[in-house]
Amino acid sequence: MQRIHCLRSVYSDLENCLVVTIMGAVAAELQSLGHRPNFFYLQHAMGLASSTGLGLALCMPEQTVIVFDGDGSLLMNLGSLSTMARYRPQKLVHVVFDNESLLSVGGFPTATSTGTDLEGIARAAGIPRVTTIRSVESFKAAVNEAIQGSELTTIIAKVEAKGPAAYVTDLSLLENRFQFHRHIQSLKTR
Amino acid sequence: MPVSAANSKLIYDALKECDIRLVSALPETWLVHLIRLTDEDPEMILVRLAKEEEAVGISAGAHFAGVKSAMLMQNHGFLASINGIVSFAHLYKIPLLMLISYRGSLGERDPWQTQGGNVTEPLLRALRIPYFFLDGWETVKKRIRQAQTLAESSLQPVALLLTRDLMWEE
Repeated sequence: MQRIHCLRSVYSDLENCLVVTIMGAVAAELQSLGHRPNFFYLQHAMGLASSTGLGLALCMPEQTVIVFDGDGSLLMNLGSLSTMARYRPQKLVHVVFDNESLLSVGGFPTATSTGTDLEGIARAAGIPRVTTIRSVESFKAAVNEAIQGSELTTIIAKVEAKGPAAYVTDLSLLENRFQFHRHIQSLKTR
Repeated sequence: MPVSAANSKLIYDALKECDIRLVSALPETWLVHLIRLTDEDPEMILVRLAKEEEAVGISAGAHFAGVKSAMLMQNHGFLASINGIVSFAHLYKIPLLMLISYRGSLGERDPWQTQGGNVTEPLLRALRIPYFFLDGWETVKKRIRQAQTLAESSLQPVALLLTRDLMWEE
């Protein structure tokens, strides 16, 4: 299973969500499918995409928020699982692309390659719904179910350690940040 | 416990007057009253953290959502947050109002706090984070308001150091 195929399978379902991604391949691949003002790419600060999603979800409890996380980033901030589980916002969907690798720096293996079980960690942290996915079809189904559901969900998607040819895009970090902020403010006046 | 309940209440009321609606915190002795006041207030969202760096992401999310927030942490928690501050708040111009208890400074009795006390101000300066002291009850309200105004206008982190003189009654 490739991450880009997973992202493509749910791209049309992201329209009414606020989307926060980690840096690297996830950000570049989602942008390659077409940037939207409701997408925010956290191009550094590894580990804090899930915290950002939590802040959004706590302040906008009716709004669906999707975080596209990764194994390397989540392993840097495992405490985020326990904080998310503590407050368990109903409309927060936490997707973790687990390629068992720090791909963008040369493919160094992470601890999930030697048996660390992110599903088990998320479950034990108290995340109410956790699932591991190995096919694009079940990925789409799991993400849709989580979007339509009303329970904090972590989806571990086991993907190949394959990424795009380049990581830098023509969208500046600040342009993305201000556009995302303005988009959210516009939602409130509708 | 000789943590000043009266001055903690002053700080809390000043945060409320600034329209702060989310407070993230990791407990430490000087912050107990502030965290309790936040927890007891139905108008306030309290996020209890596992580690202080999470607060940078949570406050950024709150900022995107149009909610004003504050971070309560010890200076060692500030040390633990530095990558988040630099590679999120500074990189993306996110306003942060950081209330940092200044342990390991004048009058500190706990040996384990003293190294962190030595490096707090040099690190704030190195990071170009504007910082000010909360050191007397008379100026608490005004300084908190001014710090938040500066954070919002400059779109950057601003730190307020909570001193022993304000937080401790002995």
